[in-house]
Amino acid sequence: MDLSLSDEQKQLQESAERFAREKYTFDNRRKIAATERGWLPENWAQFAELGWLGMAFSEEDGGYGGGPIETMIVMEQFGKGLVLEPFLPTVVLGGGMIARAGSAAQKEALLAPMIEGKKQFAFAWLERQSRYNLADVSLKATKEGNGWSLSGHKGVVYNAASADNIIVLARTAGSAREPKGLTLFVVDAKAKGLSRRDYPTQDSLRASELTFDKVSVVADAVLGKVDDAFPTVEEAVDRAIVALCAEATGCMDAINAATLDYIKTRKQFGVAIGKFQVLQHRMVDCFTNAQEARSMTLMASLKIDDKDPTVRAKAASGAKVQIGKSGKFCGQSAVQMHGGMGVTDELSVSHYFKRLTMIDLMFGNQQHHLTRYSNLAMAA
Amino acid sequence: MDLSLKPEHKAFADEVRAFARENLSPATREKTFSGKHYDRDDHMVWQKALGKKGWLAYTWPKKYGGPGWDVTQRFLFENVLAEEGAPRILPFGPKMVGPVIYTFGTEAQKERFLPGIRSSEVSWCQGYSEPGAGSDLANLRTRAVREGDHYIVNGQKTWTSFAHWGDWIFCLVRTNTDGKPQEGISFLLIDMKTPGVTVRPIIMTDGAHHVNDVFLDNVKVPVENLIGKENEGWTCAKFLLANERLGIAEVPSSKRGVSVLRKIARMEPQDGRTLADDPAFTAQIADIDLQVQALEMSELRVLSTMAQGGAPGPEVSSLKVRGSEIQQRIAELTMEAVGEYAQPYQPGMLFHDTNETPIGPDHAPPAAPRYFNMRKTSIYGGSTEIQKNIVSKMVLGL
Repeated sequence: MDLSLSDEQKQLQESAERFAREKYTFDNRRKIAATERGWLPENWAQFAELGWLGMAFSEEDGGYGGGPIETMIVMEQFGKGLVLEPFLPTVVLGGGMIARAGSAAQKEALLAPMIEGKKQFAFAWLERQSRYNLADVSLKATKEGNGWSLSGHKGVVYNAASADNIIVLARTAGSAREPKGLTLFVVDAKAKGLSRRDYPTQDSLRASELTFDKVSVVADAVLGKVDDAFPTVEEAVDRAIVALCAEATGCMDAINAATLDYIKTRKQFGVAIGKFQVLQHRMVDCFTNAQEARSMTLMASLKIDDKDPTVRAKAASGAKVQIGKSGKFCGQSAVQMHGGMGVTDELSVSHYFKRLTMIDLMFGNQQHHLTRYSNLAMAA
Repeated sequence: MDLSLKPEHKAFADEVRAFARENLSPATREKTFSGKHYDRDDHMVWQKALGKKGWLAYTWPKKYGGPGWDVTQRFLFENVLAEEGAPRILPFGPKMVGPVIYTFGTEAQKERFLPGIRSSEVSWCQGYSEPGAGSDLANLRTRAVREGDHYIVNGQKTWTSFAHWGDWIFCLVRTNTDGKPQEGISFLLIDMKTPGVTVRPIIMTDGAHHVNDVFLDNVKVPVENLIGKENEGWTCAKFLLANERLGIAEVPSSKRGVSVLRKIARMEPQDGRTLADDPAFTAQIADIDLQVQALEMSELRVLSTMAQGGAPGPEVSSLKVRGSEIQQRIAELTMEAVGEYAQPYQPGMLFHDTNETPIGPDHAPPAAPRYFNMRKTSIYGGSTEIQKNIVSKMVLGL
């Protein structure tokens, strides 16, 4: 057993750390968040140049042969800086699904330019009634000549406004909430009949509501097998969850560091408030929570490539439960220990807290993943 | 002992309900149930209506122009108004400075200030906290130096709720630097229009503007605005804080929060049914519901003591701790009930009357901002840590 990073991985960590530190000072982040796009093209170009967009993909897919650990390393630093560039929807979700389910032609048309930084993606799976059930899909795709016609609604689609292509989960057969009968389509973001309502999210990212009104796509737009997209989606989402967990560990490190610094310097009753045992113990609990989050994230990153889907799913759900729990504890504690300053917009603390909160809600909260883990463990 | 209501109390509750239905604007009521922020008029129009009826200063004895209600009437009044969706009465005048004035003020001060508070014609804000003196209130530094028949006040107050709406501010100021920090503090009333008073907004994590910094730069305050004796303001401060911590438990609004949460759970879809069919979720609502009941009963016990002439003791600090935890938990569960649709941020739906349509269900836009914002409840009015210190020292003798 060896849980240390290789030299290449250490270099990656250093360069990602430098990027977050230099390009994502809190003031810079505020400025980037206020732009219309919500992220910076020059940063994206830098990601491509540094090889981050292709690091987790195999060499035959045009990537650099890394995997989940590389993703973990970068996402953790993104969490420290509260980075806004759409790495998760484009590279982890979009790129991940294309690499696993795409044809050679699709990989060439989509994955190669993505790795070069020339294409971005969004993944549209959620609907109003879905909550966290990935199979609760009613957007319909019906045969139309050689191709398909898509009609229905998708919600909270991250990066839809910047994406070149939207990867859409549609129902081609079966009844509501049936995992069988789902199909993935790669849709041009400018397709006729596709309309968008864009908005910022609580944590300053960008998402959209999408309406599909008889959007026509060709037969080649199908990603993977017709009626059999569910395993691809479940796996891609599990990978995204593990990446989010890594981002959350970075957030927790940053928010804990800020709090520790604050309680060492903020004085009340004539002493630094960090001298009070009740805050010391709470700070220790924050530290322990962040350690547990890091451990579960690392375990999940190491197991996410397992061929057994149950091992993979349990690892992802297990880590998500821990991140939900730890993120809430560290976030709420940081706000509390900062006192009134913690609930203002002007300190980074509230922004880390918001991101940690939204990460808990994405792809299933603590309660949802505890239930999923429990069901998987009981079935074994 | 008796928990059930006598007929005259039932009639009283009906009277309060009828009044609320007649006087509360539907737009304000709608904001309450949808979790939107109120604007100034929502508060003021409502409070003036209450003032006209003689119900705004509802905790005051008859002698000072209050209705002289018993503890049951106060309880019913608060609960019925919360059920009807009334905004909470801004406490600074009627619940905070008013009782200080009629307890410690001179006859002239009572005559001058109490009518405006009762009618809500004059609005107040609280100048307690300072950048270096939040929970450590005695550490305050704002100086008031006497020059003839005036004080010259210099310093900074912070976290001043609704200072931007306030006509007057009641301040703790330092009039003497010798001796223990609690000695040498005075309780001073300052007209916000006095030259040298500047208000600067502090924007909260949900984008809202409720609190402010208040800068006091050579502000000239007549000595007649001093309440109680010079250097003995700490007595007024403690009296006020004990009153504040009682109401701050916010039981009526938490009861409403639980019922709104159940309603949301019945509307939120999950696996073809609703969240109300999920026993893991509804058990969490039941748990918080029972906590609210325990808190309410504890508060009734304190009120009952007060009805017999007792003062609220340091045990109210534990009510404040539990009350804030409950408010936070309800906000958290409400956000979790909304799930993925808690993610869109729609400030327009929080602060303004707007024709914008919500993304997701109507109850979605305020859910996450409210959760973020409610984290303040365990900080303001004396943080949870401070309240626990008070209980451990004053109640348990540790």
